[in-house]
Amino acid sequence: MAGRYYEKRKLSSEIKKNEDEDGLSVSEVAQPEDPFKGSAPIPEERKSLYKRGKEFPVDGIKNKKLKGFLRNTKKRDKAAVNQAARYELLLTEEPGYIETEEGEATWEIKQREIADAADITSASKYFELRLDQFGPYSVDYTRNGRHLLIGGRRGHVAAFDWMAKKPMCEMNVMEAVNDVKWLHTENMFAVAQHRWTYIYDNQGIELHCLKRLDQTLKLDFLPYHFLLLAANARGFLQYLDISQGQIVSTINTKCGRLEVLCQNPANAVVLLGHYNGTVTMWSPNQKKPLVKMLSHKTALRSIAVDQTGNYLATSAQDRKLKIFDVRTFKSLHTWSVPAGASHLKFSQRGFLGASFQNVVEIYNNPCIQPPTNPYLTHKLKFPASDLDFCPYEDVLGVGCADGFVSLLVPGAGEPNYDSFESNPYRSKKQRKEWEVRALLEKIQPDMISLDPFQIARVDMATAEQLQKDKEERLGFKQESPKFEPRFKNKGRSKSGNVEKRKRKVRNEELRKKIRSEAEKNNANEAAESQMEANVITKPLEPKSALNRFKKKTK
Amino acid sequence: MKVKVLSRNPDDYQRETKLDIHKVYRNYNPALHPFEAPREYVRALNATKLERVFAKPFLASLNGHTDSVCCMCKHKQRLNTIFSGSCDGEIRQWTLTNQRCIRALPAHTGFVRGITCAPDGTTFISVGDDNTIKHWTTDALSEQSHNPLNTIVTKTLYTGIDHHWKEPIYATCGQTVDIWNDERSEPVKVYKWGTDSVNSISFNPVETNMCVSTVADRSIVLYDLRSSIPINKVILKLRSNVVAWNPMEAFMFTAANEDHNLYTFDIRRLDFASNVHTDHADAVLDVDYAPTGKEFVSGSYDKSIRIFPVNGSRSREVYHTKRMQRVFTVKWSLDNRYILSGSDEMNIRLWKARAAEKLGRLAPREQAAADYNNKLKKKFAYHPQIKRISRHRHVPKTIYSILKEKRTIKDSMRRKEQNLRAHSKPGTVPHIPERAKHIVTTAIKDDDIDEEDSLV
Repeated sequence: MAGRYYEKRKLSSEIKKNEDEDGLSVSEVAQPEDPFKGSAPIPEERKSLYKRGKEFPVDGIKNKKLKGFLRNTKKRDKAAVNQAARYELLLTEEPGYIETEEGEATWEIKQREIADAADITSASKYFELRLDQFGPYSVDYTRNGRHLLIGGRRGHVAAFDWMAKKPMCEMNVMEAVNDVKWLHTENMFAVAQHRWTYIYDNQGIELHCLKRLDQTLKLDFLPYHFLLLAANARGFLQYLDISQGQIVSTINTKCGRLEVLCQNPANAVVLLGHYNGTVTMWSPNQKKPLVKMLSHKTALRSIAVDQTGNYLATSAQDRKLKIFDVRTFKSLHTWSVPAGASHLKFSQRGFLGASFQNVVEIYNNPCIQPPTNPYLTHKLKFPASDLDFCPYEDVLGVGCADGFVSLLVPGAGEPNYDSFESNPYRSKKQRKEWEVRALLEKIQPDMISLDPFQIARVDMATAEQLQKDKEERLGFKQESPKFEPRFKNKGRSKSGNVEKRKRKVRNEELRKKIRSEAEKNNANEAAESQMEANVITKPLEPKSALNRFKKKTK
Repeated sequence: MKVKVLSRNPDDYQRETKLDIHKVYRNYNPALHPFEAPREYVRALNATKLERVFAKPFLASLNGHTDSVCCMCKHKQRLNTIFSGSCDGEIRQWTLTNQRCIRALPAHTGFVRGITCAPDGTTFISVGDDNTIKHWTTDALSEQSHNPLNTIVTKTLYTGIDHHWKEPIYATCGQTVDIWNDERSEPVKVYKWGTDSVNSISFNPVETNMCVSTVADRSIVLYDLRSSIPINKVILKLRSNVVAWNPMEAFMFTAANEDHNLYTFDIRRLDFASNVHTDHADAVLDVDYAPTGKEFVSGSYDKSIRIFPVNGSRSREVYHTKRMQRVFTVKWSLDNRYILSGSDEMNIRLWKARAAEKLGRLAPREQAAADYNNKLKKKFAYHPQIKRISRHRHVPKTIYSILKEKRTIKDSMRRKEQNLRAHSKPGTVPHIPERAKHIVTTAIKDDDIDEEDSLV
């Protein structure tokens, strides 16, 4: 039927065409053709950024309803990808860059020169805080990049809106400070002090003293799970749910002092670096590491995972810097550095910051191509004690023994933020609303795994189990329906032909059955012959008439 | 050397005055939106929980009848008007907007057996136990509103009535199925097949010449007004009470059966129900389709109302209250938003068709949020936790225990059949699907010989 309909359509269109050629029906003046028909094409590589998962084949599916549903879904997905790719046009900001003249190298450019060449507001982002009494300092920016928290080793803790240079609080906790970390908003931060971990609010008022998180060396925060991570000197890794105030999991890693810690921002798995050169990955649901990989042969000094969660940078005392692919756990690039990098940090756009004693180097996209030279270098007076890239800004904050330095790294930050995710310009009310929404959407800690997308995939293992259960319950296996030949036109559905087709299928089934049986028989025979070969046959004794008087052995 | 460092002008990103709305910038780069799948799952879970929290389906009770409500009829032109008949012969007209009775007519002596509204909405017709058919005006304010426009005294008792969807024709059922013209006082056509009385009759809203009736001899009979004899019938194991046509698929209808089930049939294949809808704990007394043709509502003798999807065998919703007794009649409103039920304890109840839906106009953002949540719920519907929460319903203890007992019986029957099959010669105990199990036979009416010709 469909074929005939198509032919008719074709015919009528041909007639129309002829009319057009004769110039009978349409206007005499030939219309110039639109050279850019339809919507603008979108390059494939731009689309691929927004694609999720593999495309599934629809053709093999027998269920018509399911097939239609999947086909529609596919169409909708495609439209969504196109729409998202097209939306790039509307992004307002461009990433930063340095353009050099011939004979000029970016790594030779001084910070002062960058600040002079940039606009006034950007130049004001290059500054130094000279705090030589209480250093060395650890550094942390909030998730929207607005606020900065610094914690001096000798007890000095200060929080401020660093862009407006407006202090929020400053205090001395009168105890050694190991690490500082903002929690989900700029209203609270955690400080790992000599004995216990404390939580302060933005006024510097102590909210909680977490005595169960003791001797903490490193802190981290999982923003979507509301989990505060604490790695301590005795090898314990602890997860604290800050929305409930409960410790979700305490893991004894049995790996000694935990000084090297980072999180994988794409799947919330925690990575620890150890003295024996291994990197271990942890989730709160398992007392053993998810992955344990040997990355260097000497003690690790620092690790970092990039924004997409695909690449891992490690550095150890063997003066090497390595990039690993986290999906395959294989090393991609290795290059030698002057010393083991004491701190590593990835920026939002894949720049890698590394500190070697008092030198800070920044590499431009080292995961794609191993760098021959750094993108930028900066020399400090004292060794760097912490690094952090400011989100949504081209700024790298460096903590050192004599204070804090804010460096300009053009191109490091994501130029276009998403207001619903983290908004640097949000008002107080917006923050409050965001906080409620974020708490409602808190992901439970038991959903942390290496593949966060698993929950949205089809669970084949359980489906098979369910099928098995169903068969057991019904007591029989539901067989596929009997083959009924389809009706065909042009005499191909004469009873003889139908019978022929039926026979074909029947014979094929029979053949399959015989083949499987033959295989089974062959396997049995092979097993039997194997058995026979295994039986040790006794050597026959020479026949003698006196044999009958021998004792019979059983 | 040329340097560009990110520097945003805050004025571009903040609203100018407090009266403005906040500026929103989006970036769909997946790297900025980590944990997409787990976050969507959590949202879906929250949406499912909130749906259960907001599920308050009961809207109003229309009281006024002094005996059980036994039939109802929707006005075919006006959404807010319904007519209801009770067992003491009274007909009431209701306005749903203010939930008031605007007219009470002492129409019949004995039961009002059926009411139907003409397609133009000017008149409605009722039949009662007093052997009369009465025509009434739907205009409550007219002078004639308290007297019938026309009264036809019949020889036999009629048990049901339904009006044609386009023409001035209506059908009554009793000992026979009679086709009447609005203008005449004698039936135009009489159909008879078998000796048993006919319980109900229903016209097809699309193929307007088709109608279907249920008969006391457990059969469902199909008629075409263009032919002088009934077309064919299907006999089930127990009696069907009412049949409702699918308003979107003209060849599908659903029958409410005494065996606690509903059966959806395709008229092209009557030997096989296209779906069996189980969940009721007692005989199903009435069924009515949603105007979308995707769902229907059924009322049962187990004092509950259930909503079934057309292609699903289990109900998606059950409504009950402590005071609601046996439900004799249910109707789905023509705007697809409300359900009406008339029950034994003299009340008509107004329910929401979707229990958690917000009534009234939604703001665009509310609408968008609701659409998003519905999509998420659909996406994660098969996850065990979400499935459990969305399926959970409280039912009265009586219904709960009956359903439990039914489940036990069904399991034991299945076990018995399995054992029988295991110990019989292979092939002697065939698998009969549930959809064919309850059907006894089908028959085509022969013009000359009045005997049943089995197709199976």
